[in-house]
Order: sequence, then C-alpha cells, then structure tokens
Amino acid sequence: MSEIADDATDAGDDMAAEPSEIHGCPVSDSRGQVVIHPSRERYIEVVKALADEGYAVCADLTAVDYLDYVHRPLPEGIAQERFEIVVNLLDIINRRRIRLRLQVPAGDAVAPTLFDIHPGSEAMEREVYDMFGIEFTDHPDLSRILMPEDWIGHPLRKDYEVGKIPVQFKGANS
Amino acid sequence: MTATIRDEGAQEMRPRSELTARELMREIGSVLRMSEAEVAELGEMPDDPDEDQTMIINMGPQHPSTHGVLRLMLELKGETVLRCKPVIGYLHTGMEKTAEQLTFMQGGTNVTRMDYLSPFNNELVFSMATEQLLGIDGDIPERAVWMRMLLSELNRMSSHLLFMASNGMDLGAVSMMIYGWREREEVLRFFQKVTGLRMNHNFIRPGGVAADLPAGWRDDVLRLLDLIPERLDEYDILMTGQPIWRERLQGVGVITPDEALALGATGPILRSTGVAWDLRRDMPYLHYDQVEFDVIVGSYGDAFDRYAIRLNEIRESMKIVRQILDVMPIGDYRIQDKKVTPPPRARIDESMEALIHHFKIFTEGFKVPEGEVYVGIESPRGEVGCYIASDGSPTPYRMHVRAPSFVNVQCLPHMMRGGLVADAVAVISSVDPVLGEVDR
Repeated sequence: MSEIADDATDAGDDMAAEPSEIHGCPVSDSRGQVVIHPSRERYIEVVKALADEGYAVCADLTAVDYLDYVHRPLPEGIAQERFEIVVNLLDIINRRRIRLRLQVPAGDAVAPTLFDIHPGSEAMEREVYDMFGIEFTDHPDLSRILMPEDWIGHPLRKDYEVGKIPVQFKGANS
Repeated sequence: MTATIRDEGAQEMRPRSELTARELMREIGSVLRMSEAEVAELGEMPDDPDEDQTMIINMGPQHPSTHGVLRLMLELKGETVLRCKPVIGYLHTGMEKTAEQLTFMQGGTNVTRMDYLSPFNNELVFSMATEQLLGIDGDIPERAVWMRMLLSELNRMSSHLLFMASNGMDLGAVSMMIYGWREREEVLRFFQKVTGLRMNHNFIRPGGVAADLPAGWRDDVLRLLDLIPERLDEYDILMTGQPIWRERLQGVGVITPDEALALGATGPILRSTGVAWDLRRDMPYLHYDQVEFDVIVGSYGDAFDRYAIRLNEIRESMKIVRQILDVMPIGDYRIQDKKVTPPPRARIDESMEALIHHFKIFTEGFKVPEGEVYVGIESPRGEVGCYIASDGSPTPYRMHVRAPSFVNVQCLPHMMRGGLVADAVAVISSVDPVLGEVDR
C-alpha cells in the first residue's frame, strides 16, 4: 500500500472505513470530520459531483489566511498556499457533512464561484472577497458586503493590523 | 484563471431593460446593489411619464420594522416589489477579527454578542468546537450537558417569544408586543438568576458551564412551565385564529423547498417549506437523542407557517425542558481537567500552585492543539456553525461563525418578489433576522 512502513498499519486501519480519495481528491480526517482537498482546476467539478451525490446544501463558505502559519498539516501532494477557502457542504438526505479546503495562492488570489451550483454561496463569497480580497470569477455581484464601499484593505488578512492602545506595562500584549 | 477586474467596492445596477436574460437570471439568485451616490442620482431624476418607469426606494437602515439596521433596496412598480436587495454591514464590528485576539477562554464573551437573542446557542457552538479541538468533547460531565440543553431550550423559548412580540408589532398587533416582551422577561429573569446577566452571559464555556444551577432553580423552571402555556393559548386567541392576522400572513413571502435549500436557508424558514430538517433530531448533539420532541413542519412556506412553527416550537421546547427536569443528574458542572478548568475558588486561598494555575489560565489561556473543526447546531434561527482553525496557541488562528441570519436574509429577495410593499414588513419579520449576527 505504501512505502512508509511505519504508517502502513496505522493508515490501513483508518483508511478501511474512509476512502483515501473522493472524486480524485486527497481526503484527510480532522477530529472525525471528512475533509477533502481539491485542486483549483477541479474545484467546481468536485462540488458538482458532490452535489449530485447528495451534498446539496452549501452550509458555509469562508476562508483562512495562513500567512503566519504556513506549515500546517495537509495531505501529501497539497502545496501549502497562503489562502484557503473552506466550504462546508451538508447532505440532508443521508445526514452527513463534508468539508472542502481549497488552496489559493497569494499571488493569484482568484477562485471560481460556486454560485451556479449553490446560489446561497453568493453572499458568503462576497464576504470572503470583502474580508480576504479573494476574487471569485464569474460571480454575479462581487462587491463589498460588510465593510463600507470605499474601504481600503481586507480586514481579516493577517497582515491587516488591528488597532492598539499603548499600555505602560511593556510585557503585556496590548 | 482570470477574474473580472473591478474597483474596490464598485457597485452597479443597470435598468432591467439593459440586462440580458442571463444576467437577470443570475440576479434572481443574487441581488441588486447600487452605491449611495447612484441612489441619490436616481432620486433627482425628473419623473418619467412613461408607465414602465420603476422606482427604487430604500427601506431602512433606520426603519422601525427592519429589526435593527437592515437596509432593503426595493425596486417598485406601483406597489409591487419587482426586485429587492438587502444591504447589510451597518453593524459590522469585526467580531471575527476580535476573536483572533481573544483566548479560547475569553472567546465566549465575543460570540455571545453575535446573536444577542440566543446567546447560549452561540456560546454552546463555540464551546463545542473548542472541545472537539481539545479532544474532550466526550468527557463533559453529564450535569453540564443537561444544563447546556436546559439553557439552550429556554433560550429558544425566549427568542421565539421575542419573535412573537416583534412579529405582532410589525403587523399592527401592538398589544402582542407587550405580551411577548413580558413573557420573555420571565425567562430572562431565570437566566439572570443562573448566570447573573439577562443577556450576553458567557456562561457556557469550553469544558462545561461557569457555575452550578442556583438553589431553587427547579421551582423557577416549573413556574415558567406553568405560566407560559396559558399565555401561548392567549396568543392563539389573539392572533392565530384571527382573520386579519391570517390575511396578513397567509400566502405572503412564499418560498419553495428547492429555493430554500439552494439558498442554504435553515431553521424555521426551511421547515416552513415542508423539509423536516432539525439538527437536534437529524444530527443530534448534547443529549437531544435522549429526549422526545416533534419537529414542527409547515407546508406552504409562507409567513404564516413560519409564525406557526415558532409558536409551536415554544411548546416543543417546553416539552424538552420538562424531560430535562426529570433526568437532571447531580454532579460536576465542568470538566475536572486542569488544562482547561481553573481551580476552585477555595483552593486559591490555600495553595500557591492553585493561585499560579488560576493566574496562568486567565492571563495566557490554555493551548489548543493544531487542527480545524466545524460544528453546527440548531439555534432558534437555523444552523449556527462555528469553524475554528487552531495553530496550537491559546488563541484561535481563525474563528468563523456561520450565522443563520446572514444566510436567511439572502432569502428576502425571493420571498418579496412580486409581493406588495406592505407585505415586505411581514416578510422581514417572518425571517426574524438578528442584525448583530448578520454583520458580526
């Protein structure tokens, strides 16, 4: 099964229940939750295939800026990029959830929109655009949703500073 | 891969006549948006005698029936709403950014302020996500679990009672407003006794709850359970059977199951369309699999169904509370894990180690292992979810709350299309958005 002898038994037990790939994407397990890692090219295709399988509700779509935490655990073959789009899909027929983590590089912060599959993602993608500056191709109305229209910067990026009040005690985190 | 290049925050809206069919179709799933300058410009345009002229008006953000600071842009033709777009963000205070500065210990104070009408549910989902990251989600003492359920169900009652009040007020049954607030206050009085605060409790914390139930809590709950059913019957007389009430709500703001699912709507909105989806029953958390209750489902997907569902959910919650009273075990109310639980107050006076431990846990917080997790539970408004990514430090690397109102508000354009302006108020009210949660 694998050349890594140490992991072989361990992985064998885990993988018996869970397939190691779903629609050709690496699968990982996060505290008992199924997470798949599609590539940007196959993202739409995978979400479509999952929707046909029953994951018909896009429960949540958000993003994470991993600027200060690049070396996080990811399955082999997945490059660690700065941004990650996290999509939580829900299957109300079989009562299960699945999560997609899509790597988005900082230099080309663009992802395809899920609007045509899950119209409900429209506002959530706008929120991600507003907060992280990730653009969604072909999104019907990509504009700021929470911040004022003329706001500069994307607040949830890690290099976007929060306001601070200076304190006298130098050791404290203000 | 290329994106359409836009200016920061550029917003546009063109007349319907200029839109292609495809664009208009997409907009049905989306919404229309204009900048304030454009609105002002349109407002100054001379009236066109042409009958096809539509009018765009703003409803809110300071409209009394928009439940806070929701702004709706309505495109009207006569009194008919052609298009509608919710514009949100007026209450945005960057709570997700704030969460990155607060430790897991302090995080509860932040999330409890998001959905300020059901603070316990927000605290609960945050605590559950943290506990899953810590790997202690199976070790929470029984009493803490049942206390969480008790508070969460009472909170559902108080939230729905407030909905009764605001829905009544929006539709002109102003006496209902007084009644709803009055009953909600009874529930909040119990919360105050338990947590010390009427709202924003920060009572459910990672590892359990902050304190044990006070003496006499059972009598207080029983008093509530005796009091509220009578009052609900009064509501039935005042509203449910009234022809005027039914006229105002039935057939208004209809949404189909397919639309609701596509838009990701949850809670009473989804259930009003006939989809029996309640996380408490379908993906049980806490001990919801050990109590008996019915999932209330509507059939028409209109505002009346949503009203009736909430009214009956109060009754179901009382059913659950009654069962909780029967089984409430005696024992610890928080996990005795030194990692997450501060030492008891009495030990601090006698033990230096306890004092240091206490000091460390409140200044530095506890470290949470690396990983990411999403937990969703049923709040009065639908699925409230919490996504936490941890980098192993005492503060969340990223904390995101999937707010049910944020998603549900996006249903408004679908519910309002083709309806009357007067019904817009009924529709907003029936969605029951909490703007603190929409904008976070």
